[in-house]
Amino acid sequence: MSTATEPSTLKAWLLAEEPTSRRQARAASVYQGWLTMRGNTLTMIGLGILIFLILSAIFAPLLATDNPYAQDLAGRLKPPGWEGHIFGTDSLGRDIYSRLLYGARISIYIVLLVAAIAPLVGLMIGTIAGYVGGVTDTILMRATDIFLAFPRLVLALAFVAALGAGIENAVLAIALTAWPPYARIARAETLTIRNSDFIAAVRLQGAGPIRIIVRHIWPLCISSLIVRVTLDMAGIILTAAGLGFLGLGAQPPSPEWGAMVAEGRKYILDYWWVATIPGLAIFSLSLAFNLIGDGLRDVLDPKGGE
Amino acid sequence: MTSSTTNAPRQPLLPKWLKKLLGTLLTIAVTLLGLLFVTFMIGRVMPIDPVLAVVGERASQAQYDEVYRQLGLDQPLLVQFGIYILDVLQGDFGRSIRTGMPVAEDIARVFPATLELATIGTFFGVVLGVPLGVMAAVKRGSWIDQTARFVGLIGYSMPIFWLGLMGLLVFYGILGWVAGPGRVDIFFDGIVEPITGMLLLDSALRGEWDVFRNAFSHIILPACLLGYFSLAYISRMTRSFMLEQLSSEYVTTARVKGLSEWNVIWRHAFRNIRIQLITVIALSYANLLEGSVLTEIIFAWPGIGSYITVSLLANDMNAVLGGTVVIGVIFVGLNIFSDLLYRFFDPRSK
Repeated sequence: MSTATEPSTLKAWLLAEEPTSRRQARAASVYQGWLTMRGNTLTMIGLGILIFLILSAIFAPLLATDNPYAQDLAGRLKPPGWEGHIFGTDSLGRDIYSRLLYGARISIYIVLLVAAIAPLVGLMIGTIAGYVGGVTDTILMRATDIFLAFPRLVLALAFVAALGAGIENAVLAIALTAWPPYARIARAETLTIRNSDFIAAVRLQGAGPIRIIVRHIWPLCISSLIVRVTLDMAGIILTAAGLGFLGLGAQPPSPEWGAMVAEGRKYILDYWWVATIPGLAIFSLSLAFNLIGDGLRDVLDPKGGE
Repeated sequence: MTSSTTNAPRQPLLPKWLKKLLGTLLTIAVTLLGLLFVTFMIGRVMPIDPVLAVVGERASQAQYDEVYRQLGLDQPLLVQFGIYILDVLQGDFGRSIRTGMPVAEDIARVFPATLELATIGTFFGVVLGVPLGVMAAVKRGSWIDQTARFVGLIGYSMPIFWLGLMGLLVFYGILGWVAGPGRVDIFFDGIVEPITGMLLLDSALRGEWDVFRNAFSHIILPACLLGYFSLAYISRMTRSFMLEQLSSEYVTTARVKGLSEWNVIWRHAFRNIRIQLITVIALSYANLLEGSVLTEIIFAWPGIGSYITVSLLANDMNAVLGGTVVIGVIFVGLNIFSDLLYRFFDPRSK
């Protein structure tokens, strides 16, 4: 609520007491949230880590010192700092630093895919259940409860077992276990929107249920889903890394972080860095999302953080 | 309540509590049925041919067809599902290809190890997490609150399998304080006749204290690891429950009356969150059973998590699905238990 700032034009527009357009009002509320978040040091640290990791994933080919797949059996299991290998080498003599950079691409790829698929599935099921109601609602919500009743990792394991190991199947398995909470949120939102006047107006104009759901209900559900997705990101990363660790995610020689930890596990007592360093990478990525999620929750739901 | 306003007070067909009970039972039945349906469908869509797994690659067409019929694969899908349910209800999950034993027997053998681990882990989580959460709420914003927050943040962000490896590296590899992976040293293996299947309990009951000490040294690290994740969850929930109580008016009243702070916190506020806490602890226990999958792999712990994973890597589908059903049922059971507890013992929910 600080209005006493020097009036740069954009800032003034964002902080205007009386917004003149809907877009301005929305931008202003986002900006207010951003101001609150900026005051939260931990959230900013999280954002910093995340941007750093995303940049290293994007510029991996430029930053890498070696080919992440190039083996050098003469230089295997060398400690950090050995002949320009910042983080040392693994059991096949591959440069761990370069593998980490390319591994960031895989982790972010998995997270983005799951974060796109799971909410979409949840959105469809939740809005249909909420809008149609009746028996459809009961059946869909029962199904949601059943999926919620499964422990996530175990269900993902069973799905991967059926589909076969690999990144795409891991993504599918995680998404299949992650959609139920989104369905619940979307249904709750739909129930509040369904009986509002504007929906009745659209219906009177002759819009069919699919058009109403897709064009008029979905846009209103999306913001609460996005918040939830941000909060779930860390969990998705940990599950994906867990699957990778068990050998059910990305397959060798792919530099997936969980698989790298698994590879280093055999040598943990003698060559600690092989497993430790990729684990730190997983930790920093999920920590970043948790820090951002915490800050975001404080902004969007001031009561929930208490 | 409304009967007093109508002329002829109608007796409902069933008493209210019975109706509620039946409704709950129906929900449980439907959930469990759905659970079985999911595992059944997973078993159907998998690319491995169950017949080939039994007869092998070189079998003749006639042999293949016979096993195909024996496995009931010529029946309609719905009939197959019915047969599957009947089998599961009788505790028959089929035979494991890897071990050659009935899956149910395998699970009965490995499950106590997981139970032992998860129980001790939950114990640590409760003993440390509840006081931490209460103190964090009471001294809000103080260093203890910051500590609780930090513990939670790390717990939610740390890959459990990696933390386990680090624990092994530090406490086993470098410091040598605890024993390494496995449940007990090979030297002590098989000395204790199983009673409950939980090695610590069995060795204590049989008075084999050497085995007990060795087993304890093996379990302490994985149990602490699981306990940490339980602690992170329990302390966070305790804190938020306590904050809610401490901001309510009866606490102010109690303080105004001049009760000591100890009395206010433990005799008044804490008393009101007990039921909620038990719910949280039950959920955390269920989560530990799941979290044990990765932990058991790291510590070579012969529990149900290792069983599922190893079977999975061996394409042993009966074992995987059997294990999944068992964990799923326990998960559902604990959820329902905490739900019922909440509904029947917390007067506010009525």
